[in-house]
Amino acid sequence: MYLIAEFFRQLVEDYPRWNFIWMYEPVQQEKVLSGIWMTIQLSVACLFFSVIIGIIGAFLQGSRNAIVRMVVQGYIQFFRNTPPYVQLLFFYFALGQFTPTYSPDGWLEVPIISNVGWAIISLSFFAGAFNVEIFRAGIEAVPESTREAASSLGFSRAQTFRYIVFPLAVRVSLPALNNNLVNLVKTTTQAFGIAVPELLYQSVTIWNDYPSALYPTMLLVFVVYIVLVGVLVMSMNGWERQMRIPGYGL
Amino acid sequence: MMSRLLKTLVATSIAFVPMAATADGHGKCTNDTWNKVMSRGKLVVGVKADYKPWGYRNSSGEIVGMEIDMAKDVAAKMGVDLELVAVQSSNRMQFLEQGKIDLMIATMSDRKDRREIVGIVGPNYYTSGTNIMSPKALGLKNWEDLRGKPVCGKQGAFYNQIVEERYGAKIIAFTGNAEAKQALRDKKCIAWVYDDSSIGSDLSSGNWDEFEMPLNSEDDNPWALAVPSKERDCVFGRFMSGMQYQWHQDGSLIELEKKWGIQPTQYLVNYNERMKDWLAD
Repeated sequence: MYLIAEFFRQLVEDYPRWNFIWMYEPVQQEKVLSGIWMTIQLSVACLFFSVIIGIIGAFLQGSRNAIVRMVVQGYIQFFRNTPPYVQLLFFYFALGQFTPTYSPDGWLEVPIISNVGWAIISLSFFAGAFNVEIFRAGIEAVPESTREAASSLGFSRAQTFRYIVFPLAVRVSLPALNNNLVNLVKTTTQAFGIAVPELLYQSVTIWNDYPSALYPTMLLVFVVYIVLVGVLVMSMNGWERQMRIPGYGL
Repeated sequence: MMSRLLKTLVATSIAFVPMAATADGHGKCTNDTWNKVMSRGKLVVGVKADYKPWGYRNSSGEIVGMEIDMAKDVAAKMGVDLELVAVQSSNRMQFLEQGKIDLMIATMSDRKDRREIVGIVGPNYYTSGTNIMSPKALGLKNWEDLRGKPVCGKQGAFYNQIVEERYGAKIIAFTGNAEAKQALRDKKCIAWVYDDSSIGSDLSSGNWDEFEMPLNSEDDNPWALAVPSKERDCVFGRFMSGMQYQWHQDGSLIELEKKWGIQPTQYLVNYNERMKDWLAD
């Protein structure tokens, strides 16, 4: 451990632009690690909620009630057609005004939903809007005759969705879902804009304080995202293989 | 899969290595930037666009301010046109390194590690300390009052780290001044830590009547303009030293300070005295 630190200390002596400061300085190391951890938490939470939103949205889109369908359509149009960065700022600064707050010292108004909370909400809704459309495409790919067969066996609409349509639709949707979730993980860097201390925030802080650490820290951000997205893609591919139905063509 | 991943990593790191090799080119003066500016007939200066009154956009969207006036003077003395590029604290040095701008006059504090990246030349044209803007209602008295409390800051300011380590404040750093100050108004933090000179002009603008600058300024730090590091000890660097010397000597910095409604600083008065022409009456 000591040798590694010494190596990077020597490296910066020889090459002043290659200061891997977080390899030998505990404070910066802590920043990097906490940044990675925050990015992972943010990604996992957003992945989870955006998929849930996608499933519910796709189900409601097939509703017989025109108002429900219109609300879902409005939601999709709003979140899909506006930049996620603007959504983040809007949620945090504008909507943040209307959330209840508590005050530890009589002046400060700490909102119940923190900036991390807003980032999760905003990014989940953003990716969720795409997921709704992705699942809808999958649902529409399920043949009408399959649906009729289910209803002739006495399944209700909800049951048909849950036991017949959705499991097939998921399989059709997986490749597109995969793409969108990869994008979502990368979009978490935009939470930087509302000061969420994720990896990019911590990295920018480090290279502002130590300009000599610019290239190494950028490299680190690349590597971390390659690994994070790599893990996500591998597990999604594995899942896709596991769910394959022989003979169904998927 | 793993080997493919590994290959990508290796390729990426190799792509970055040449930058290290060519980063420092001490030795002969080639005056590339100076010659480029002269042959192109245009000087590109990186300035702030969100730092009233040093560099900001007026109501018609033009970038104006004290540092813009300085940039205009530089271009006039070189006999070339001026193009202004708005830069951020967090990217200004990179803009200069990559040649996106020829000269940077962007409220930058003169720090040792920054001198290693860009070509900083003296005499420093301005100075400021670190202070906070906080609501009068809180009645903060000491830096220690910030311990454990959320304090808004700006990404790229060198004192964020100092305030965090020395006084245990929890810095929430935003990318822009506007966002950070909005967060203070929204009561998301108890103070906004920034340059005392900038806070001073905010307070005198009349938009911050319930706020004050209650502490003693700390870490007084001169500001520096910068040329590309290869130009520091060549024509461009020497020329900018001369410009700053002249501004101090003939009192134009003090006049600009007055013109832009900045609180007069003793620093400029002292420099003006020191550099007085001994034959002048």
